[in-house]
Amino acid sequence: MEILGLYNYWVFAILLLIGLYAVITKPNFTKKLIGLNIFQAAIFLLYISMDKVDGGTAPIIPHGAAKDIIYSNPVPQVLILTAIVVGISTTALGLALVVRIREAYGTIEEDKVISMDRDQ
Amino acid sequence: MLAAQYPVLPVIVPLLSAPIAALMPNRSLAWIMASLVSALVFATAVALTVIVSAQGMISYEVGGWPAPYGIEVRVDSFSVVMLLVISGASTLALISGKASIDAQIPSDRQPLFFAAWLLALAAYSGIAVAGDAFNIFVFMEISSLAGYVLIANGPDRRALPATFKYLVMGTIGASFYLIGVGLAYMMTGTLNIADLHARLGDVPYLRPILLSAAFVTIGLAVKAAVFPLHVWMPNAYARAPSAVAVFLSACSTKAAVYVMLRFDFMIFGGAFAHHDVQFSTVLMSLALLGMLIGSAVAIYERDVKRMLGYSSVGQIGYILLGASMISLGGVSAGVIHMFNHAMIKGGLFLAMGALVLRLGGGTLDDLKGAGRTMPWTMGAFVLLGLSLIGMPLTAGFISKWYLVQAALDLGTLGIVLIAAILISSLMAVVYIWRVVEVAYFQSPQAGASKHQEAPLMMLVPLWAVVLANVYFGLDPSIPVDLATNAANILLEHAK
Amino acid sequence: MIIVFSLFLLTMMVVVALAVVETRNLFAAAMLTGIFSFLMAANFFVLDAADVALTEAAVGAGVATVFFLGAIALSSEHEHSASRKFGLALLAVASTAVVILLGTMEFPILGDGSAPVHQHVAPWYLEKTPELIHVPNVVTAVLASFRGYDTLGEVFVVLTAAIGVLSLLGFPRNNSEENAVNDGLSHQKILHIVGKLLIPLIILFGLYVQFHGDFGPGGGFQAGTIIAAALILYALLSGGDRARRQMPPRLLFGMACLGAFIYAGVGGTTLLLGGNLLDYSVLSHDPVHGQHLGIMLIEFGVGLAVASVMLTIYHAFAGHEHR
Repeated sequence: MEILGLYNYWVFAILLLIGLYAVITKPNFTKKLIGLNIFQAAIFLLYISMDKVDGGTAPIIPHGAAKDIIYSNPVPQVLILTAIVVGISTTALGLALVVRIREAYGTIEEDKVISMDRDQ
Repeated sequence: MLAAQYPVLPVIVPLLSAPIAALMPNRSLAWIMASLVSALVFATAVALTVIVSAQGMISYEVGGWPAPYGIEVRVDSFSVVMLLVISGASTLALISGKASIDAQIPSDRQPLFFAAWLLALAAYSGIAVAGDAFNIFVFMEISSLAGYVLIANGPDRRALPATFKYLVMGTIGASFYLIGVGLAYMMTGTLNIADLHARLGDVPYLRPILLSAAFVTIGLAVKAAVFPLHVWMPNAYARAPSAVAVFLSACSTKAAVYVMLRFDFMIFGGAFAHHDVQFSTVLMSLALLGMLIGSAVAIYERDVKRMLGYSSVGQIGYILLGASMISLGGVSAGVIHMFNHAMIKGGLFLAMGALVLRLGGGTLDDLKGAGRTMPWTMGAFVLLGLSLIGMPLTAGFISKWYLVQAALDLGTLGIVLIAAILISSLMAVVYIWRVVEVAYFQSPQAGASKHQEAPLMMLVPLWAVVLANVYFGLDPSIPVDLATNAANILLEHAK
Repeated sequence: MIIVFSLFLLTMMVVVALAVVETRNLFAAAMLTGIFSFLMAANFFVLDAADVALTEAAVGAGVATVFFLGAIALSSEHEHSASRKFGLALLAVASTAVVILLGTMEFPILGDGSAPVHQHVAPWYLEKTPELIHVPNVVTAVLASFRGYDTLGEVFVVLTAAIGVLSLLGFPRNNSEENAVNDGLSHQKILHIVGKLLIPLIILFGLYVQFHGDFGPGGGFQAGTIIAAALILYALLSGGDRARRQMPPRLLFGMACLGAFIYAGVGGTTLLLGGNLLDYSVLSHDPVHGQHLGIMLIEFGVGLAVASVMLTIYHAFAGHEHR
């Protein structure tokens, strides 16, 4: 049980690194953005794993609720709502760049773009 | 009554005006609006400087909720240095940039461009006055996204891959910062910077905190273009529209350094026993490598804007070198150089904007004979170059003087550091000389006789920066006093 | 039981992520990323984060996938070059892995109620929200009021994305009625009819999420993305040109600016009324009532901005013509 209690954090680390690996090794710009998406999603998992309390429930307190109900932590949830929105904004902007790069260079592979810039 | 609200005005006023600017029907109206708001933010920054110098730190509760439950805005001497740099650079870049923006960006895109500019201004100001670790992340992301938009508007297609690289590295940097903040929050239950400092010392487990410090420092090092994580930066500045290069070269990397110093001194510094040693060793070696390699690469660069970018890699090295000494003299010298370098590099990019506008390009070949066709612009470039090198009577000399003084206290190590400063400065002489040589000692290319001096609206702000450089070289008391106060605040927490 | 389910979800996420990275077909990668987001959303739900689960499902699995597909249609569907920089990647990934894994050994274990994260600030929110703000959903209270300054920033992040996409791709041009070749999926009768039946229901659900966010999971972000998803579905079914005639992109962008301006404007109003920035208490004689009013206004601004921005970005991709 002790060991399983850290499983979430290990998956966080693995997903983070899968994303980072894709960003570094894939020359395709769209693929880099997909990698970046996984990389950011890993961080959401880190935060949300913090909020859980055993026997707890979502932090919604109805009027006149009993005092002894345990609630999970609202703060990481608020932070990650923000982070999700930041993530989609970055992705959208990155994709718009990819479309423009394709129009300007005819390719979306980083190595080809670099060599075209060098020849210029 | 309004004075009590000064700390949030640099954020809320540009935020309110950005959506309006985006919908402006006419490019000149959007430009006037952006310039006025920027000037207003600068005026607020000056007012805050006066207040902070007289009364000390200001703490402001956003939403009326007390910290650490609400978000705190905190203005101290270090914040006002950043605020002055940000709003000053923005205002000068906007006023001087009208002609080059009109030349480089289509009219119908300009309202969007100025809206992005206002968002960047609000976000950098937000970082400067933030007292909350997660709030810094939010504003860091607005500033980055707005920065990508500004750079992607660059005049040719090479701006696009340059922006993409910045976007990927910038996002990784910000995400690392977010992980670090998350880990610190996990071990303390708070996000307020002052509260984090107070509570981190009591955490019984060391490893998560070390991990947090590592993620925050590395993430911000990417954003600050610290060698060897600088690869996004030279192209981002070189391919951006000229006016954007002025604005971002003065604030984007500085804002990251600013947050890094706040975290490493004010939060982690007091938390565990050997943080200062680790921080100092790692950062000092990176600073030295950046100073030497950045300046060396700059020598071989034929594109003058990229040359200035690599020069910035070296100059960030000076700032970090000062900070990594962890002494009052060293940290003050670092902060002084943040101020001075923003002024010098912003001015140099301003001069480049004028040159590119008239000559059509910024390579050494384009600059041939510019000393004769554009004497006022090139004259300003040379004077700012001398300041970059560190000639006496300029602001750059003050930075290096304080750095060397602080290094002298370190004994043998100090001698090595001074040698590195000297070598790096000599390399600066070489790369500035290469520009001077082609501009003054080579004849203009065929057909270049038509070239005329830059418009007055560019020359006046440019020379204002040059004169400020000389003024702060003769009487550096304003930046030195602010920097000493800032260093005191940082070091006081690090104990 | 729930633990087994959670372990299963987490493991599936790793498997899907590996598949995403390995496939050379970008279309497949984008669809798998959508599945990845669904798994993530389910996992958030298991971890008691209902609001985040709703948002991740709408944003990650819905809107982001559509954006990816839009961009892939305009660029390229296949990866051509092989991976490179293995050495650098291996060094970065392996060293980070070791460091993080060593670090996790001293993390508080999942669900530990005595972990420091549950001690300091969080219980204060849980205790004070019913009294100070008087809304049941503590996530809404923290998001909109206690940390409303962050949320203000967040709305402007979204607006910045719209500004960026528009300045890169331009406003989509409107084809006139005659030469409109793009009629979406309207020849696919079953999809067309079932889809159109769903759209009002999705919008209704979106409005419920918007205005019920004080009481249950929900709020402006979730509602904005859900409503945007419904209208994107409409554009897919009826054709982009028709959708753009009914809701011109310039109007959508204006609404996005208005939404952001409403939020910042509430901030400006609190300053003018003599309170601190975003101190909603000054909006009414009764502080708690002021909080309600403020939260309702800014949530409306958020919903408006997010829905309009997502639609603006969608149309910028879908209506983009190659230059």
